[in-house]
This record gives sequence, structure tokens and C-alpha cells, in this order.
Amino acid sequence: MSDLPRRIGGLVLLLVALALPLVLEDFWLQLGLFVMAAMVGAIGLTLLVGVAGQLSLGHAAFAAIGAYVFVWATSESTPTLAGAGLPAVVGLVVAVGVTALVGFAFSPVASRLRGIYLGLATLGLVFVVRHLLLNLEPWTGGFTGRSVEPFTLGGFSFSNRDPDYLAVAGVEFEGLHRLWYLFLVLTLLACWLGVNLRSSRTGRAWANVRDSETAAAAMGIAVARHKASAFVVSSGYAGLAGALLALAYGRLAPDVFTLTVSVEFLVMIVIGGLGSVGGAMVGALFVTALPLVLTQYSDAIPFLAAPGSGGLDPATASRLLYGLAIIAVLVFLRGGLTGAFRRLRGRFGGGGPVAASGAPDDTRPAPPTDPGHQAGMHPAISKETAR
Amino acid sequence: MSYFLTQVLNGLSFGLVLSLIAAGFAIVFTSTGVLNFAHGSVVLLGAYLVAVTQPTIGFWPAVLVGIAGAAGVGVLINALLVRNLADPNPGTAAILMLGVDILLLTELTRRIGNRVLPLGAPWGADTVRFAGIALPTGRVLAAVLAIVVFAGLWFLFARTRMGVGMRAAAADGPTASLMGIQLARTGATGWALAGVLAALAGVFLTSFPAPGIAPTVALSAFLAIPAWVLGGFDSVPGAVLGGLLVGLVTALTVGYESHLTFLGSGFGDVVPYVLMIIVLLVRPQGLLGSKEAVRV
Repeated sequence: MSDLPRRIGGLVLLLVALALPLVLEDFWLQLGLFVMAAMVGAIGLTLLVGVAGQLSLGHAAFAAIGAYVFVWATSESTPTLAGAGLPAVVGLVVAVGVTALVGFAFSPVASRLRGIYLGLATLGLVFVVRHLLLNLEPWTGGFTGRSVEPFTLGGFSFSNRDPDYLAVAGVEFEGLHRLWYLFLVLTLLACWLGVNLRSSRTGRAWANVRDSETAAAAMGIAVARHKASAFVVSSGYAGLAGALLALAYGRLAPDVFTLTVSVEFLVMIVIGGLGSVGGAMVGALFVTALPLVLTQYSDAIPFLAAPGSGGLDPATASRLLYGLAIIAVLVFLRGGLTGAFRRLRGRFGGGGPVAASGAPDDTRPAPPTDPGHQAGMHPAISKETAR
Repeated sequence: MSYFLTQVLNGLSFGLVLSLIAAGFAIVFTSTGVLNFAHGSVVLLGAYLVAVTQPTIGFWPAVLVGIAGAAGVGVLINALLVRNLADPNPGTAAILMLGVDILLLTELTRRIGNRVLPLGAPWGADTVRFAGIALPTGRVLAAVLAIVVFAGLWFLFARTRMGVGMRAAAADGPTASLMGIQLARTGATGWALAGVLAALAGVFLTSFPAPGIAPTVALSAFLAIPAWVLGGFDSVPGAVLGGLLVGLVTALTVGYESHLTFLGSGFGDVVPYVLMIIVLLVRPQGLLGSKEAVRV
């Protein structure tokens, strides 16, 4: 099967993404920023959970670290709050680097624990990091948090000033428009890197470790090192996602990064299909946009009441919806949305022989879920807590 | 000295309540291999059922309703969802339970709203005085009941056919199945037991010191996760030990917070998780968990 349809599809999506700021209102632009930040984090998490088979509930913590380090690095020092005053691009690199380092510091745990056990250990991180955010006031601003400096690049500011007026095709480009393109570039970079990492030597080693640690070790793959490296890469992604969230919010507080955020990241990659970069992005769009859109249009949708009026408010409705979505996907839709899409294409002749036979093609490792692994359900086999 | 003793006893009694929840995690995990993230909302569900039925049928019958409800929901989750997973493996099962948790918790939160439902427990805010130490009656009752329940669990697992079957199924499912043990039945029993423990814990978590049921109860049930992990994933005695440890350490950290200011305020909330990470670093299989060789 040629790659042509996929490439054309990608190109069309890219052109649409480039043109959207010309037509969208501020609400949708802001929504787009949140979606793109979530996409970056979800791609990182799908590499860890879907490809390497390690569960993490700690991505809210890593996103928090990325966000706060970014803000610390790019702010000027004030008497109450510390800052390094670095250029924004350097700040971004520092944020990703420090988050990856924290992931590395956690890797003695990550490389020894398997799958869900790691998920439980990382659960602890969320609470520990939240405690630090509340208590390290000179750096984090404590409970009230701290504000985020606008992103500047060589004198050009991604905010409403410097230059004060900038218009493209008659549309004034304000902070949101400018940030949209910055986010788009970074998201594409994250996506490109994710796709390539997955099919690289490292990515295939991760998948191998996921399918069987023993077989991987027998093939000469350093199991502990690859589990650690998957964790480090994934935390780096989460750090970037955190920095983007900081820019999208404009102000940080510890309550932005609760356990719910970790769970939402997981929901995104499950709905999209574990291990698929594209699926992670679709999932991020669904999970991030749903509550905001429902809130925006709550008066236009029947059954929904305004927040606080006692009826089914939009936040509750969207939580119920994506709770149901997870269950439906896991019970009925093998491989999430991408899996379903691939099966559809195989059934209607669009796919090549590989897709039609239902077997996953080799560049896309199957989700950790192919029939050969059903035995993994049983605790006796999954009980490999330690090696 | 009596301050110290009070803290210790408070911690241990709270720890026993956590142990009830943690044992539920361990039982579900050993009987079906599922990391039950929805356990916290089952705890809340049990307490909620007690609170809404007790005005009409009285407290003790309501407790029975709560227990039956929580156990029933557990069995249903297992039968309808876990056993029907498209890709049954521990990872997807854990994520499925996150989904169930979101659903249950959102719906219960919506039903409870901003109210604080009183549980109507007969012991209220009474205290028991013993050798100069005052303890809330609810806590003492909880501790006694927990010890009785754990004795019952020991009897079940050590002396009854069903319990031995459950242990066999946990040790090696396929072999146990070949020997005539019905895995569907041991699994359902495990989920039902966990539901019973969750409802009991829910009653004690919400009757004192909390004035009644609020959605935050599901969060305090989260503290049982470090307790369970500390003790070892597949060990019920480990879960009890973990619960006691977490209760004790939390109570002492909160009780002596003025001496621990260098750790930041509110350290008592995170100390269970810090403890969990440290134990996992030193002993990844937990305190009493079994260390398994890797199987091919």
C-alpha cells in the first residue's frame, strides 16, 4: 500500500491547522493551545504505556515540574520569587532537560518495576510534587502560584505587544494567534520524534521488553536500561507539555496539576488506541475539548444546566461521557479508535494485504494486547514485580 | 507520654480502617489480577447507601444494605466489564477501573452535591477513656471490628474449601482451573469480599471524625493504596501491616508536625506516599509480598 493517501491527509490537516487562526475566535484558539499541549504529553505517555508497556500515573507530576522549571528559568528574579532570566527557548530546553533528569532520578524504581506496579509508584510522585509545589514558595509561589512571562524569540514576543500590531491577511495576530504557531511547531516536532522513535531501534526494543522481558533479554536487549530510557523520554515529553500548559494558562498554581491530569492523559491514549501516536493526538483532542466545548455551549444543549444550578452541569456531563468512553473502548473497541479505523480500512479494501489480514504491520507494534497475551490477565504470570 | 500514646492508638485504629480497604485491593488483585482503582468509589458507595437508607430502616439494617450494595457492585463490575475486556491484561484492566472510578465517583458526587449526609451512627462523637487516654468510640469499634474481620478472613483462607480454592487460583490460575476450581467463582467471591470490606471501612471513615459523607472520602480511601503497596501486592497480611504502618506514621507526623516544620506544612498528607516510594526502592515486592521468578 502506498503511503500517498496518508501523506495527502497529513498535508491537508497541516494546512488546515495553519489556516485556522485566520478564522477562529479567541475561545477556540485558547482551546487549541490546551489541546496541543495535551497532545505533546499524550504522545510521550503512549510511548511509555503503549509501546514500552509501563503504566504511569505520575505524568501530572512531570508536567508540573516542566511547567514550574520553565517559568523559573524564563522569569527575572524578584525579591519574593526566584528566577533565572534565561531566554525563552533556553528555558524550554532547561524545562525538558530537568524533567527528563527527574525521570532519570526515578529510573531506579522505573527499571525495576513492571507495568502496573510502576503505575502505583508514580502515583506517589503526584502527591509528593504537589507537596513540594505548595511548600517551596521562593520558587513556586506556593498555593497562589506565579505568573508566566510571555514567550519571546529574538525580540519577537508571542503576546499582545512587541510588535504591538501584526496582521496577516487582514486578521490581527494577537498573543493567542502567535502562540498557536509556536505550539503547532512544537507539537509537530513532538509527533515526528514520537513516530520515528517508535519505529527506531530503541522503540522496537521497548516493544520487545513490553511483550516479554525474558525474550528481550535473550535477544541481547538491556531490559532495565530500556525501561528506564522509555521512562526518561516520556517524562521529557511531559515536561514540554507542562511548559506549553504554562504558556497557555499564563499563570501556574499547584491545583493545575492534580491526579486528575494524570488520569486524563491515560484516558487520551486509551481512547485513541495504546501505542499509536496519531491516536494519542485524537484522544487529546477529545478529552481536552469536550468539557470546554460543553461548558461553552451548555445553554444550547438539552439536558445540560448551567454550572451551580443543580442540574447536570457540563463538567459532570463530560466526566460521565469520558468515563463511559474508556469503558466502551476497552470492552468493545480493540486497539482504540486507531485500531477500529485500521480494521475498517482493512474490511473495505482500502488497506493492503497486511491490514486486511488483521495482523499489525511491523512498523506499528501492536498494542500490548494481541491474542498471545491474554494469559497476562492472570496474576500468577503478571506477578513479576522484581527481577 | 499520654500524648504520644494517644497519637499511637489513634494512628493504629485509623490504620486498621485503612487495612480493611487495603485488604480489599489485595484480595481483588490476587483473585482476578485487577488493580482496582475504583475501590475508593466503592468505599464511598457503601457509605452513601448506608446514609440514604438509614433514616427509613435504621442504622444497622442500613449497614447491611451498604455491604450488600458494595459487594454487588463489585461482583457486577467483575462480571460485566473485567471479564469482557477486549484485551484482558493487567494494564488495560487498571485503566478500565479508572474509567469505572470516574463514572461512579462523578455520579455519587452529583447525587451528594454540596450536602453532607449524616451517617446516623449510634456512637456519634462519643469517646472512650482508658488509663488517661481518650479515644473516639467509633475508632475503637472500628479497630475491634477490623480485628474480628481479619480473623474471619484468616479462617476463610486457611480453613475453608472456598478460601483454599481462592489461594490456589491466585497461585496458579490455569493449574487450579484444571484441578476443578472455578475461576469465575473465586473471582466473584474475591470482588464480593472486597466490596464488604470497602463498605465497612466506608462506614467508619465517614462516621468519625467526618460529620458525614462527602465525596472527599474516596480520596482518603486512596491512602490505602500506599498501605497495600507497602505490604506487598499479593498479601492480605501485608495489606494489614501496611495499613497499620501508614496509619501510625501519618498520625505521628501530624501529631508532631510542629517539630517537623523543615519538611513543610501538610507533610502528613504525603508521608504515606514517600514511605511507599522508599519501600519500593529497597524492596520492590513490598514488605510481605512474594518475589516471583520471571516466567517464560
